[in-house]
Amino acid sequence: MVDTIITQGQTDVIGAMDNSEIDNPAEVESKAITHRDARDTVGEPFSKDPRMTCRNVNVFYGEKQAIHDVSLDIGANEVIAMIGPSGCGKSTFLRCLNRMNDTVDSCRVEGNIHMNNDDIYNKSMDVVLLRARVGMVFQKPNPFPKSIYDNIAYGPRIHGLTKNKVELDEVVESSLKRAGLWTEVKDRLDQPGTGLSGGQQQRLCIARAIAVSPDVILMDEPCSALDPIATAHIEDLIDELRQNFTIAIVTHSMQQAARVSQRTAYFHLGYLIEVGQTDQVFTNPKHQLTEDYITGRFG
Amino acid sequence: MQLTTLLFVLLLLSSLAYYFGRKRAVSVSGGEVKDLHSRPGYYGFYTVLWCLLPSLLVFSSWLAMEGQIVTQLVVQDLPEQIRTLPDSQLSLVINDIKNTANGSIVSGKVNSDIEAAVSHYKSLYNTSRAALAVLVLLVAIIGLSISLKKISPSQRARNAVENILKYLLIACSTIAIFTTIGIVLSVLFEAIRFFQMIPPIDFLFGLNWSPQTAIRADQVGSSGSFGAIPLFTGTMLISFIALLVAVPIGLMAAIYLSEYANSKVRAVVKPLLEVLAGIPTVVYGFFAALTVAPLFREFGTSWGLEISSESALVTGLVMGVMIIPFVSSLSDDVINAVPQAMRDGSYGLGATQSETIRRVIIPAALPGIVGGVLLAASRAIGETMIVVMAAGLAANLTANPLEAVTTVTVQIVTLLVGDQEFDSAKTLAAFALGLMLFVTTLFLNVIALHVVRKYREQYE
Ligand SMILES: Nc1ncnc2c1ncn2[C@@H]1O[C@H](COP(=O)(O)OP(=O)(O)O)[C@@H](O)[C@H]1O
Ligand SMILES: [Mg+2]
Repeated sequence: MVDTIITQGQTDVIGAMDNSEIDNPAEVESKAITHRDARDTVGEPFSKDPRMTCRNVNVFYGEKQAIHDVSLDIGANEVIAMIGPSGCGKSTFLRCLNRMNDTVDSCRVEGNIHMNNDDIYNKSMDVVLLRARVGMVFQKPNPFPKSIYDNIAYGPRIHGLTKNKVELDEVVESSLKRAGLWTEVKDRLDQPGTGLSGGQQQRLCIARAIAVSPDVILMDEPCSALDPIATAHIEDLIDELRQNFTIAIVTHSMQQAARVSQRTAYFHLGYLIEVGQTDQVFTNPKHQLTEDYITGRFG
Repeated sequence: MQLTTLLFVLLLLSSLAYYFGRKRAVSVSGGEVKDLHSRPGYYGFYTVLWCLLPSLLVFSSWLAMEGQIVTQLVVQDLPEQIRTLPDSQLSLVINDIKNTANGSIVSGKVNSDIEAAVSHYKSLYNTSRAALAVLVLLVAIIGLSISLKKISPSQRARNAVENILKYLLIACSTIAIFTTIGIVLSVLFEAIRFFQMIPPIDFLFGLNWSPQTAIRADQVGSSGSFGAIPLFTGTMLISFIALLVAVPIGLMAAIYLSEYANSKVRAVVKPLLEVLAGIPTVVYGFFAALTVAPLFREFGTSWGLEISSESALVTGLVMGVMIIPFVSSLSDDVINAVPQAMRDGSYGLGATQSETIRRVIIPAALPGIVGGVLLAASRAIGETMIVVMAAGLAANLTANPLEAVTTVTVQIVTLLVGDQEFDSAKTLAAFALGLMLFVTTLFLNVIALHVVRKYREQYE
């Protein structure tokens, strides 16, 4: 199937060469770049060791289609970055992966999304269990108005993951440690999580997600509300978390995508335009739209 | 000139003032409107305010003083033997004069002296009104012409208008405040008079309430007893039952509306719930007394329970229904104010909807909900009509909801209804009760507002 797509891409190039709208046919030919009107995915959307597989996913908000026929694998223990201009459907796609879109009344999802061979949109799939396996970190840090301890303990408590207080304490401590927050908060676990700084709050939210030991963590622009130092902190953290978790991160910062991810997916107006190894996508994009975006021609 | 006509003329004059002010502003600018400090409309308003405010001030102060001055003049011209009557009789005569002049019923026979006084009164009144009309219009016209004179391109009409508007707004808010202070003071003074007759300790901690004092000192029960405890326990019992009904139902309705109902259901159910708050309390009253109470009585009899037909239970239940909307709409507001991000965070961790509501939304909204409940409680405590109609008059000191109890508000009503002398302890007791009720609800309201405000700060 990868082959088909590449072939299609080449057909598009041929089609494009016939098209008089191209500014510079010679350049297009030399880089064999896909014309900006093409909407089929170029690159390698599939992975050898996928944790989640998405096939022909379409998402609608009422009548309006927000995601068009997206097929993409999320590989085990990789960080995949999703970039693209705002409104292109990155968040919508990310929220399909843990069925957060269920909470939006008008939203309808079509297509197949599997996680470790379970169809997550199957009726027999328990959303509660799915969300325990696919955690999520949001754009704005959203700690609950509870103590730091209770924030972390929230997930383990509702899922009954621990048998007693000692085990719960351990989970809280290890989650905070893995989120790099333990030394900063260990003396004030009983104070409200909302009293932390923005960057600490976001790491608290990451710790809260880790505490239920998910396989996949989804992050929707986790640093967009943070200052550069807090951002650097989180980026380091993401790199460490890769050892144990699969991470899909939406970001509007191309530098961030380049720093933290192994693969990058570029979305445009609801279409998945290009997927590939991060360095390839940024240094040698195969699609004109991708190139336009990373060279800052729009966005 | 009739007062309404006068006011109408003033209004006409002020619209002319707007027109002239505006026109003058445009003309002094020499056609270059943008050279004016303010837009022409502001000069118009400025002229209107100058024309209207001083004349209205004269108008209202004249009316406030008119009555006294006219009466004084009439009294001075009364014949010697009437003028020297004792004060209480003199005021009767004056009342007669006024009533005859207005064409109402009088207490005594109208003799020639009185008739003379009446015509004097009438003529004074007419003169006064004519003088008022002339004076007011004069002031208005003077104000108008002064302000027109003052208009110049550099004059800061906008700032002046804004300033005057600000003071008008301040005046309005002070009226509300002073009214409250006035009410409190009047109740306070009467209550103090009561406490001079009955020691506060007896009133606050007495267990017996029977305010009926005999007319003559040698009759039985010549001194009533004024222990307010049975009344307050009655109020508390009924309010407690009401809250027991209203808080769970209101809260759950709010949760359903804000978390489960889709927008269509919400658009229908929310206004319907709020209709409950719009039903006149007297309707609740006879609903309680005529429908619910007999129903409970029969039901009780079939279970071998003795339910009084004026039981605290029935009154509390119906009152509870009445305050459901207070709890539900306030709770609905605070639940809606909990940011969507909180729900997303909880759902994202795999919590179900009810877990999210129980563990995140309710705790986050709790201070606001408590505020709503306290407001509902103060409403229940002060509620009068339902209890007057459905609760009893007997001041039983009991915690049994099946028995009849009476409340503070019911007693205030019964103490004051009918012809009463305003210097007996019985009548003054109503003011003491009113004062205590006021202090209680004020206290609750202050706490509620404080709690609600604290909550508001949380997410901003
Ligand atoms: N709750 C919603 N209801 C209706 N339309 C939505 C909703 N959320 C997002 N959309 C629409 O879907 C498209 C994709 O949005 P989104 O996924 O948020 O984009 P991104 O995260 O890439 O900025 C946008 O056109 C947006 O207007
Ligand atoms: Mg987004």
